[in-house]
Order: sequence, then C-alpha cells, then structure tokens
Amino acid sequence: MWQYQKKLEYPVNIKNPNPKMAKAILSQLGGPDGELSASLRYLNQRFVMPYAEVKGLLTDIGTEELAHVEIISAIIYQLTRNISPEEIKASGFDAYFVDHTTGIYPASSAGVPFTSAYFQCKGDVITDLHEDMAAEQKARTTYDNILRLADDPDVRDPIKFLREREIVHYQRFGEALRITQDNLNAKNFYACNPAFDPNCTRRRTR
Amino acid sequence: MMDERKFLRNRIKQYAFTLKDLNLYLDTHPDCLRALAMFKKTRELYEKAVAEYNQKFGPITPNQSNDDNHWSWIDDPWPWERS
Repeated sequence: MWQYQKKLEYPVNIKNPNPKMAKAILSQLGGPDGELSASLRYLNQRFVMPYAEVKGLLTDIGTEELAHVEIISAIIYQLTRNISPEEIKASGFDAYFVDHTTGIYPASSAGVPFTSAYFQCKGDVITDLHEDMAAEQKARTTYDNILRLADDPDVRDPIKFLREREIVHYQRFGEALRITQDNLNAKNFYACNPAFDPNCTRRRTR
Repeated sequence: MMDERKFLRNRIKQYAFTLKDLNLYLDTHPDCLRALAMFKKTRELYEKAVAEYNQKFGPITPNQSNDDNHWSWIDDPWPWERS
C-alpha cells in the first residue's frame, strides 16, 4: 500500500504566471509520454515480473513517478495563478480554461485527455523493460523540448530535475534488463518468457 | 517462524487500518479529542509492532532496510504473491 508524504520531491516556486507555458508543460502530466502514464505503466507491469530486483525497481520508480505527477501539477498550478480573462485569451489557454477553469486535468498539450492507450503491459519481461527504457527516453525528449520553449529559470529548474530523473530511470531499467538476460538462455533470450513459462529461467522464481 | 511472521504482519495491518480510518475521520473532525487520543494510542502500538517486524523479518518500507550486506527491501515475497 501507499502513504502520502506532505512535501514535493523537488521544490517548485514560480513567481510569474505563464498560462502559455502551463499548456506546454501539461503534456508531461497527461500526455503520451507524461508522468501519469509512466507511473501506471510501471505499477501495472510489476506484478508478473519474475525477479526481485525488477519487482522492486518497478515499484520504486512507479512510486517516484507519482511524486513527479505532483511536481508537474504544482508547476501548472503556479503558472496559472492570478491570471485575467484577457491573459487567458491572449495566451491560448482559453481552450483548456473553458472546460477546466484552472483545475489540474490530465491531458496532452493539444487537449487530448489522458488514456491508458499511452502505455502497455505486455506480460513479457524483455518486452516490458524495453518499453520502459523507450518511455524514459521519450519523456527526456519531451523535457528537452519544454526546455527549448521555457526561459523562466523558476520553471527550468524543476524541469531540469525531472529530465535528469528520466536518465537515471533509463539507466536502472537497462540494468534490470541485463539482470533478466543473465538469467535466460544466452543463445536465445526469446526461447521463453520467464513471466509466463515455467522452468525457463536459471534462477528459481516464485 | 512463518506463523509469527504472519501474526505480526496481521497485527500491523490492523493497527495501520485503524490509523487510516482515524486519519480520515480526523480530516473532517480535526479537533475531536477522543479521536486524537485513539490515534496517538494506536500509533504507539503500530510503531512498536513495525519495529519488531523490521528486526525479525525485514522492512515494509525501503527506509526500514537495515542490513549491512544486502538490500533486503527487494526480497520475496512481494505483497501480491501468496506466501
């Protein structure tokens, strides 16, 4: 089970509202490579994982991603404080505003609502870990693009932190893949799926 | 051995659920002295039970991992597995 901690993983203190920037950053909440899809991807995939290291890693990264959902939400919240209807119209935030006011709703920057079609749970260790590594790189690219658009240091600072975490997660998933392959037939990693087929792995699994 | 583990874990679950339910009640009754006292008493029992579990059987949160030679946090079984 989970227990909430009343603190952000990394501080967010944005002095100047910027609804246009909020709309761009929204994609990292509810977009195709956002933090919400990251968290749900890992927390769903972990159940059939045969190795303790991978079960632990997916649990812990999936949990950290929930903290990233909160950081992104805090950024959007602070970027949309005390804005006038004129600013909303001029910034292009009006399309979001009309449905959600300044509430935090998971959607992409283009307004597509969050969907679980953004992630997979294939039930195959190698397949799922490759998806996870790709997802971390896609999120890293999205943060790079946000950094290309953002000039406010108050916004760039937490975004840079989140970008770095994508790289660390990618690294750990790569190690999880290596641990998995070390337990499989070196001549053919795909001979069987240790998340489903019995007796196909060198290490005894549950 | 296994029975003691299960017994202790069940006790932790009972205390934790009591704390969770009191937590929700206190969210909407933040000045209820009776509920505050129950929370405090249950938290003491919970913390004692968790400390005993950590020492005998290992961590239930990563920060409770307390082994110099091995990161016991990842050890099987995980909660969704039959034990």
